[in-house]
Amino acid sequence: MADMLLEVQHVTKRFGGFQALTDVSLQVHQGERFGLIGPNGSGKTTLINCISGVLRTDGGRMLFQGTDITTLPAHQRTRLGIARSFQIPKPFTSMTVLENLCIPLIYAAQTHDADVTAEAMEILRRMGLQAKAGTRATRLSLIELRKLELARAMAARPQLLISDEAMAGLSSSEVDEILAILTALNERGISIIMIEHIMRAVMRFSQRIVVFDAGQIIAQGTPDEIVRNSAVEKAYLGE
Amino acid sequence: MFSFELLLNAVAAGLLLGGFYAAVSLGISVTFGLLEVANIAHPVFIIAGAYGAYALNTAFALDPILAGLLLTPIFYGLGVVIYRIYYVSFEQRGEESLRGLVFFFGLMFIVEVSLLLVYGVDYRMIETPYIGRSVLIGPLGISLRLFVPCVVGVVLTLVVYLFLAKTFYGRAIMGVSQDSLALRLMGADPVHIKTIAFGLAVATTSLAGALLLVIAPVEPSIGREYIGRVFAITVLGGMGSIGGTLVAALILGVAESLTATFSGPSWSLAVSFGLLLLALAVRPSGLFGR
Amino acid sequence: MQRCVPVVLALSIIGLGLLLTATVENRYFYFATYVILQYVVLATAWNILGGYTGYVNFGTPAFFALGAYMATFLMRAYHAPLPVQLLAGGLISGLLGLGIGYLTLRLKGVFFSIATLALTVVLQTVMINWEFVGGAKGLSIMRPATVLFFSSYVKFLFAVMLCLAVASVTIAWWLEHSWIGRGLAAIRDNEEAAECMAVPTLKLKILATTVSGALMGMAGAPFPLHVTLIEPTSAFNLDYAVNSLAMPMIGGTTTWLGPVVGAILLGTAQQTATVTISSALNLLIVGVVLVAFVILAPEGLVGLVRRLVQRERA
Repeated sequence: MADMLLEVQHVTKRFGGFQALTDVSLQVHQGERFGLIGPNGSGKTTLINCISGVLRTDGGRMLFQGTDITTLPAHQRTRLGIARSFQIPKPFTSMTVLENLCIPLIYAAQTHDADVTAEAMEILRRMGLQAKAGTRATRLSLIELRKLELARAMAARPQLLISDEAMAGLSSSEVDEILAILTALNERGISIIMIEHIMRAVMRFSQRIVVFDAGQIIAQGTPDEIVRNSAVEKAYLGE
Repeated sequence: MFSFELLLNAVAAGLLLGGFYAAVSLGISVTFGLLEVANIAHPVFIIAGAYGAYALNTAFALDPILAGLLLTPIFYGLGVVIYRIYYVSFEQRGEESLRGLVFFFGLMFIVEVSLLLVYGVDYRMIETPYIGRSVLIGPLGISLRLFVPCVVGVVLTLVVYLFLAKTFYGRAIMGVSQDSLALRLMGADPVHIKTIAFGLAVATTSLAGALLLVIAPVEPSIGREYIGRVFAITVLGGMGSIGGTLVAALILGVAESLTATFSGPSWSLAVSFGLLLLALAVRPSGLFGR
Repeated sequence: MQRCVPVVLALSIIGLGLLLTATVENRYFYFATYVILQYVVLATAWNILGGYTGYVNFGTPAFFALGAYMATFLMRAYHAPLPVQLLAGGLISGLLGLGIGYLTLRLKGVFFSIATLALTVVLQTVMINWEFVGGAKGLSIMRPATVLFFSSYVKFLFAVMLCLAVASVTIAWWLEHSWIGRGLAAIRDNEEAAECMAVPTLKLKILATTVSGALMGMAGAPFPLHVTLIEPTSAFNLDYAVNSLAMPMIGGTTTWLGPVVGAILLGTAQQTATVTISSALNLLIVGVVLVAFVILAPEGLVGLVRRLVQRERA
């Protein structure tokens, strides 16, 4: 059994009167491909925001490689090895694609000046973005922006990469492109949590899947087990 | 020198002042609390409202509060125009934060300096039958120049509260920043709703300014004293809650009055700033403060 | 090698300035250039937080005046010389920046801005009540009778402000090109993403606020000696708030050059205009130009020139 990378224990989150997450617990192992699915508004991105540190939890604990990260600010969690992409891309608008990658390279990976450009270009090559290195982030197409999100997360040299709906709004071949990138990353040892609505991608990619509905986990298991789970069917299709 | 009578009068004066402060803060409660637009020019519009009332009073011997009411439609129109410019230049482009603030600051500056050019630095005041008279209730001396604005201020607060809670447009305004999709599905254009809200907010400054003129003489730069006050009241009162605004305004009024009575009037401004910092400190923290 | 260029440039400018003091005798020249150089410092300082980081400070008068009053206090209590006053002014205003930053920078940027707006009024109230530094009436300040190396005190003050201007632009230049500057730009572009990309946003923001405040305080320290008077209305003048904002916005906020361009252009215009039109009208025009720029040309003059050059190349 591979080592435990991320442990989420009984996490809850409230927004005023609204309960966004209730008693959420899950584990992600080293090198695992982990899928997170569920209807819109079921709490997937809220959980990711809690894990990455953008939001504070109201209860529960989170451990990353044994370290309690529950109260750590987001930037320190990234330094420890958790990186994420954003559902709606958030590029640094005044910078070029290359400069966007320099930020995590300098701040998370603490790369020295001399190596920064070289390493950034290497990441861009793997993403297929090297031609756009000098383009301002505001000029990119949707798939390029999605790739930039992933490239930027990769530049932080994470051990855990959280991909938040990186394939939304993309064509079928573009989905395959992103899927190939994520698979290649995983093959190099990076654990990946994938949040997606595109079922064929999640089912093909994940080793284990967790299903959310209304802020709670309603099912956990392999893709086969999830497909056959009646609670999951109910959540997605109604009674 | 402390006496119970002094304390009682200070509290009473503070409560009356609070009623006025509520009227002054209504606009910010709507624009900042509900629309999330930080209109820092709001206090200077109140001063403009005060001068408007002054002008009508000087020219036509019109009661200032009446003058404030009469000018309300003009201020509403002004609010609509300003929001349109703000929306097209900043909100639409997604550049609200830095540039929108600077826009309102520039606007504030323009209005204040314009008033300075027209009216100069001298204090302007008016006279009405009720300014200068007091009513005595036991040990309490209620000065009418505070009482009348307080009553009008509370009535105005009630009117705005009812508008927001009971009318279609009012409820749309309450929901516009959180659920513009739902609004669109109901056939209401969020931008149109926000424009009405902003117009309403600026419209209140006409009457609020008239009330200010009743309470004390005005000169162009006193708007700056109110910046700390209105934002302290809005943040303390819970952004966008009209009831909360009233309560916070009363608290601030009493705190200032007590400070002025026992420590000297020049320290009362520090009270609002202190309350503002306190309000900011106890707000739920977290990465982006909501 | 590239790192030496700005240092050489900085020293040359200072050298030129010193040369000027030996040749030019017109007192008004020194008065006017002092004011413009003062604005170079204020605009540059403002821009470190406003342009580089995206947080708007409306309270420049508070930081500036605090430096001036600190200098006054030290002069009256300890007969401190100007260099000590400069350091103290920088220190106290830096601390003010640190304090306000620590209290409000965890929240959305607009709260920081509101706090700075209220700050000026409050600090002014404090100074009005402090008799030792003049209170509401103010205090007249005596310049030392002689000063080393310079034939008049005005020339000395000019030289001091010149050095301060060069120093602040150098600091801004250095910050802009350093890894700190990249972090600040990331915060400005998208703070949430920056935080998730391991940028310690709170620490950097507080750093920017402290440096910005300190520079403003240092600009304020020689003020009492410059006008030989310290009193609240002129020290806390709203001019400083508007100009320190308008100059970077007009010149361009993303680079060190913008505030310099804006300060020289707007400062010179104002110096020539006050002779002909009233200062209130002067300010009105600044306000209108500011609003026009923020709506129509948000990148400022530097940005406009850049776009023109790019279009020529294409």
